[in-house]
Order: sequence, then C-alpha cells, then structure tokens
Amino acid sequence: MSTPNTSQPVIQLRELTKTYQTGEVKVKAVRGVTLNIERGEFVAIMGASGSGKSTLMNTLGCLDQPTGGDYLLDGVAVAGLNRKELAKLRNKKLGFVFQGFNLLSRTTALENVELPMFYTHPLVSLRERRERAVAALQRVNLGDRLAHHPSQLSGGQQQRIAIARALVNRPELVLADEPTGNLDTRTSIEIMGLFQELNNAGITLVMVTHELDIAAYCKRIVVMRDGLVISDTRYKNRRSAVAEIALLDQAEQKAQLA
Amino acid sequence: MNLLEYLRTFLLRAGQTTLISLRALRRNKMRSMLTALGIIIGVASVVAMVAVGNGAQANITSKVSALGQNLLTVFAGSRKAGGVNSGLGSASALTLADADAISREVTDVVAISPEASTTAQAIANGRNWSTTVAGESPDYLKIRDWKLAAGSMFADREVRGAAKVAVIGSKTANELFGPLNPVGQTVRVGNIPFVIIGLLESKGAGMGGQNQDDRIVIPYTTVMKRITGEKYLRSINVQVGSADRMDIAQQQITSLLRQRHRLTSDHDDDFNIFNQKEIADTVNSISKVITLLLGSIAGISLFVGGIGIMNIMLVSVTERTREIGIRIAVGAQPGDIKLQFLIEAITLSLLGGLIGVLCGVGASRLVGMVADFQAVVSTGSILLSFGVSFAIGVFFGYYPARKAAALDPIDALRYE
Ligand SMILES: Nc1ncnc2c1ncn2[C@@H]1O[C@H](COP(=O)(O)OP(=O)(O)O)[C@@H](O)[C@H]1O
Ligand SMILES: [Mg+2]
Repeated sequence: MSTPNTSQPVIQLRELTKTYQTGEVKVKAVRGVTLNIERGEFVAIMGASGSGKSTLMNTLGCLDQPTGGDYLLDGVAVAGLNRKELAKLRNKKLGFVFQGFNLLSRTTALENVELPMFYTHPLVSLRERRERAVAALQRVNLGDRLAHHPSQLSGGQQQRIAIARALVNRPELVLADEPTGNLDTRTSIEIMGLFQELNNAGITLVMVTHELDIAAYCKRIVVMRDGLVISDTRYKNRRSAVAEIALLDQAEQKAQLA
Repeated sequence: MNLLEYLRTFLLRAGQTTLISLRALRRNKMRSMLTALGIIIGVASVVAMVAVGNGAQANITSKVSALGQNLLTVFAGSRKAGGVNSGLGSASALTLADADAISREVTDVVAISPEASTTAQAIANGRNWSTTVAGESPDYLKIRDWKLAAGSMFADREVRGAAKVAVIGSKTANELFGPLNPVGQTVRVGNIPFVIIGLLESKGAGMGGQNQDDRIVIPYTTVMKRITGEKYLRSINVQVGSADRMDIAQQQITSLLRQRHRLTSDHDDDFNIFNQKEIADTVNSISKVITLLLGSIAGISLFVGGIGIMNIMLVSVTERTREIGIRIAVGAQPGDIKLQFLIEAITLSLLGGLIGVLCGVGASRLVGMVADFQAVVSTGSILLSFGVSFAIGVFFGYYPARKAAALDPIDALRYE
C-alpha cells in the first residue's frame, strides 16, 4: 500500500469532462471541471438538478471513467485504469454514502459493514473483519444494533450503517451523494453532526446536496451549473450540528412544558 | 504473492463465497429445489440405472457361469423346426454313439455327460414329491461346476451297470427328508428303489428361473434302461478345455454330427448347440446397449437440468442487480462477482447431485427388494455423477456469472 502523500491534494481535477452518448444524442454532463480538494476538507457540491453533480461524484468515486481531462486520486491517474484496478481503488481509498442507503437488505448491520473487507486484498481475517466492523458501528453510535437488519432500523440508523461501511476500510475520501435526501430535518442534522465529527478527526468528505441549510455545515461550497463549476467558496464559521441539536432539544422541552 | 499464498487466499474466498451462496439458495428454498430437480432426476436415474443394470448383468452372468465352465450343450432337434426353443429335444436324433464319437474325435473335449432326463414321482420317508430325474455321467459335476455337500458321486462302474444309485439335490432332499441327512437313505423313483449316495450343494435359481436344486441325478444308463426305455439322449453336455477353443469345438461337433447323421448340404442341422460363451457375450452386449440407452436418457435429463440452472441464475442476476451494484461499489472486482455466481450455480447443481445420488441409491435398494437380484451401486457412477453435476454448474453457470460481472455499477445501483 502506498503511504498517503500529505503534501498533495487528495483530488486533483483538470478540465474533467464526461459526455453520455444515448443513441444519437450526446449529453455533456460535466464540461470541464478543474478542482483540487485537500486532505481534511469538507466540501459540499451544490447545484440545480441535472447540473452534473452526481456525474462528477461517480467519476470521483471511480464508478465511472471520465471522457476527457485528468483525474488524480491521491496522486494516481485514474484515467486508463481497468475495472479491476478501479475496484481496488474504491475498496481501499474510497467510501460511499448514497441517498438510498444501498444496504444489503437481508443481512445484518454488522455484515453490511464487513462487506468491503470481504473484497480487500490481501485477505482480511474473519476476526479482524469483525473487530473493525464493530468499531466502525460504535463510531456511528450503533454499537447496540449489530444484529439488526436494515428493515428493523430507522432511515437515520440505516444511513449510519452506510457511513460505518464507508469508513471501515479507512478510506482517503468519503463521498456522499445527497446523504440526507431521504431523511427528515432533525435526522439530517444528526448525520451532518456525525460528518463534522469525522471531519474533525481528519477524514476528507465530499457531499452533494441541494439544500443550503445542509451545505452550511460544510467548510467549502462548490456550486455547479450545466456541468461547470460557477462558484467555490470557503466558510470560516460554518454551522455546528451539535449546537443546533442542543437548541432543538431545548425548544422541544419548552414546547412540552408549555 | 507466491502461488501457495494465492491458492490459500482463493480457497478461503471460495469457501466464504460458498457460504453466501448457500444462504442465497436457502432464502429461495422452493425455487432452488425445483431448479435442482432436473439434476436430481438425471443423477438419480444414472445411479439407479447403472446399479440395476450392473446387478442384472451380474445376476445373469453368474447364472450363465453357474451352468458350468466352457460348456457346450448339444440338443437334439432342429432350431428351425417351429421356433427357437420348442424344437429342443423334440426330435430323437442324439445317441450314445454320438456322445462317444464327440468324446473320441473332438480334441478339446475334457469332460462329457450324455443326458437323459425325465420327470417322475420320488417317494421316500412316507413323502411324495414330483421332481426332475436327470440321467448323467460322472463328469456331470465337473461340467456343471457343482460340488457335493455330503457323500460321493457315482462312478463309471455304476454307469456301466445301470446301478440304482442317486445323488440328490438339496431342495428335493429337503422336501423328502426335511433336516435328516439323506445320504444312505432310499428313494423310490418310478417304483424302483435307489440308494442315495450323495447330496448336492445348493445352487439356487437357474437361467430360466427354475430351481436347479430340485432334481435327482442318476446314471444316464439307468434312466434309459430302467425308467424311460428310451434309446435316445435329450442332450449331451460337453466341457471344452479353454474358453478360446469353444468356437472351434462347436464347429468340430457340428461337422462330426452332420457327417454321422448323413446330412447333405441342403439339409439343416437336426441338432443344435448351446454355446455358453455365446450367451454370455450376448448378455454382455445387450446390457451394454441398454446401459448406453439409459445413459443417454439420463444425459438428456442432466442437460435439461443444466438449462434450468442457467435460467434461474439469469433470473437471480436480474433480481439481485442492486446487490451486485453495492458489491461492486464497495470494491468487488469483476472476478469476485463472477466467482460468486459461478459458485452459486455449482452449489445448486452439486446439491442436486447429492440429493440425486441419495434418491438413486434409495431407488436401487427398492429395486433390489422387488427383483430377485441385488442392484449394485458403483462408486464410479456416484463419482461420475458428482463430476458431471460440477461440470454442469460450471458450464451453465458461466454465462449468468459473466453477465453479473459485466454489470455497470451505476446502472446496477439505480436498478429498481
Ligand atoms: N447514464 C446517463 N446517460 C445519459 N445521460 C445521463 C446519464 N446520467 C446522467 N445523465 C445526464 O447528465 C446530466 C447530469 O446528470 P446528473 O449528474 O445526474 O445531475 P445531478 O446529479 O446534478 O442532478 C443530466 O442531463 C442527465 O440527464
Ligand atoms: Mg444527482
């Protein structure tokens, strides 16, 4: 395993393009994005529907190859890698969190979190797999739900399993495409609190959202339109999810007393 | 990574993947069973058919060899005259002189027994039993590869004197004397008293299913002179020195008898020769054809079973597109996905094979209980069944597995 080079950005994009060919029609979903994301950043990607956010995320996540431009992940050029090599990158360097959770339904929380290690080379021993999965679930506050199936858990809890799964292989980067899209406001804030906590512990996060409220918990906001980045802003005083949950709790208590 | 380490990793992964497959199959128990049914039926029929075929063949072979070793039997009567069997022994053409001539002139003859037989009432010990009375020579036991349980066989001297001595079959002895030792007792056949000097070992059912142990063997001269008064023989049993001389001996006997009976070339033989080796060969070749036929039916059934597996695996890949997408997203390589579905197909067909073997063995036992022979389940057919099941899993699982591995992760994750 290559030791992460802390001096260089985790992600370097240069004039990245992605064109979809559907029959006769060409759709330029991403039309030339140049962007660096440093270690320890917490980036929100915003933009209207169809602006190319998911396409960009899929490319960053090595689920898809760009049509043009350069993409260096942790200093490694991704263009030209085959499916097997991309799979290795996803397994070792990336963690995914999806809007729809994408957990294996008839499988326990623990097994869901163990899944990425099943595909790690060299083989991770059963015991180590278990230990790491338990630790990851404890980190997202689900240490008491190891044997539960996704259907027995709330949306917020399911998303936290997905986050534990994303973390379990100690990735360079966690990518989340609208992770709070299926969640209510309070649960969304809780998830953002968890992300902030992970980010404070040094994990690099990139997430897509179309809600400004949610983006406000991030350190940097990149806005896209028609496949291009139209603004890129860093925030010093971002919102603290922990503080706001506390405020919400106070408000609830008052409402109950009244 | 060195080869050993690679192999170890592969086996561990394959083992873990097998567990996943078993879980997936258990989730759809009914469907898995129905899918495996084709393989189950195919394998069960292979195992059962081979077992029954082997058993039947062994049974017939043992009956043929129980007739004696390298046995030629010359029957009086033309084969052409009214069907194959009805002519046997009907014409009165074989004489003692013929038997003497065969013994003298056919070089490979090592033993000979002219046979003159009849059925008669045997009376002894206050009991009455209808049985076959076989007139034979002292060579009879050697020719039929038969041994005595007690007493002794009569000798040439008794034949010359048409002596009233008998060797008794175990069944007849039992009917007449029960558990008593019959040797030394007297039995009356056609009102003539015979001294029993020997008891035959039990031989069981013969070729036609008749009980060979129900007989009384006496000198052929005694039958001809004292019981039937016949001048002609029913048949002549001839033992040939070695199996590969049987055809030549048969030819020599044929030409000798044609010459003695003054048959010209436009006459058919007035006798016919039962060649034991020929029968054994025929039985073997028939059973080979039948095995081949049954084998191909089983093969077709296995093929259809394989198609069933392919079909259900394709359904499974479609149903589990999202699962595949998730696995690929978290880092499963195309080879991992391919292996997973391949192992699932192999597990399915091997399970089918296992159940099929059990059913086949069960069916063979059942046949063994109903038929008068034991079905012989061969390890070879069981190993073959597992081998074929494995191959079917690989062959018919490959295409669905490759399809699963080729899925695009983004499409797969979006699949509803
Ligand atoms: N697989 C695809 N094939 C063809 N066009 C696609 C595909 N995926 C996305 N697109 C198109 O690319 C553009 C960007 O889509 P997307 O990246 O999903 O936007 P966003 O996530 O910002 O809503 C859209 O016009 C969409 O229709
Ligand atoms: Mg999107």
